[in-house]
Amino acid sequence: MTQTVLWLAQRVTAAILAVCVAVHLATIIYAVQGGLTAAEILGRTRGSTSWLVFYSVFVAAAAIHAPIGLRTVLGEWLKWRGVWREVFLVFFACTLLWFGLQAVIGVFA
Amino acid sequence: MRVLVKRSSAVQEFEVPRHPSQTVLDVVTYIQRKLDPTLAYRYACRVGMCGSCAMTVNGVPRWTCRTHVDKVAHDDSLQIGPLKNLPVIRDLVTDMREFFNKWARAKGQFEGARTRHDDFEEISPETRNREAVDAGIECIGCAVCYSACDVVAANPAYLGPAALNRAWTLLNDVREKENSERLRAVAGDAGCHACHTHMDCTERCPKHLSPTAAIAGLKRATARAALKGEL
Repeated sequence: MTQTVLWLAQRVTAAILAVCVAVHLATIIYAVQGGLTAAEILGRTRGSTSWLVFYSVFVAAAAIHAPIGLRTVLGEWLKWRGVWREVFLVFFACTLLWFGLQAVIGVFA
Repeated sequence: MRVLVKRSSAVQEFEVPRHPSQTVLDVVTYIQRKLDPTLAYRYACRVGMCGSCAMTVNGVPRWTCRTHVDKVAHDDSLQIGPLKNLPVIRDLVTDMREFFNKWARAKGQFEGARTRHDDFEEISPETRNREAVDAGIECIGCAVCYSACDVVAANPAYLGPAALNRAWTLLNDVREKENSERLRAVAGDAGCHACHTHMDCTERCPKHLSPTAAIAGLKRATARAALKGEL
């Protein structure tokens, strides 16, 4: 059951990330035309609820997706299985979420 | 032809004469009968049915009875060793117990609801379930896929392509009554979700089956069951 839920979560977040990464890259390519400044970026993101929602979803999807993949890497490469691996991965997911959301709020507020 | 055989003690070199249509199993048999009777290897049918003669030939797992030397020899030489991912009993003979125990753990046994007093179940060959069974049913249990699988090497508990392929054929058998239990058996940490879809099993299967497709089917089936709360 756990494996199936993790697998589903990773597939669903992969689909979300595919869209988010594409939008993110397209925005970068569009934004760097004619130079890139912090003021220009902040001008676009500050107070914009759409970008706030978009990047919050992006961060949440990454925070779910990455630890599930890392779980397999740790199991197969380092033979690290068992409860402490899960504890570490929950901590890792929370860290990604925390720093990611800090950045999102940083460019919104 | 120069033949290097990876034996339990060391790699041993033999000179074996070439013949037309010679198979790798012919080469091993020649060595055992003419050059060194202490060489241990396993075979039975010699016609690609029993699945007992698989070995690693020039680094690739193959059924040796149907592998022609012409197709696999490099510079008139062969390297022959036991299958990977299985404990070696002696020389070219591997211990297949864990391989088949995994079939049992994946619930590879058929459990029908009918008795001998009931009539035959009529199943049309055109139904989707039966087509899925047909695609995977010809497995001969040779363990070539298991030997080729990188996930088995990295995660020894992983059930492996053959056991999961077996579970998939039973899952699609409409006579089968134990499928909820089977889905639970293949949904664990060592089950279908551990597959990385490298497709080495499908690439190497001598019967040209696709365990990868079977495992993908199991992933879909377990996901559906989980969403319905049936897992």
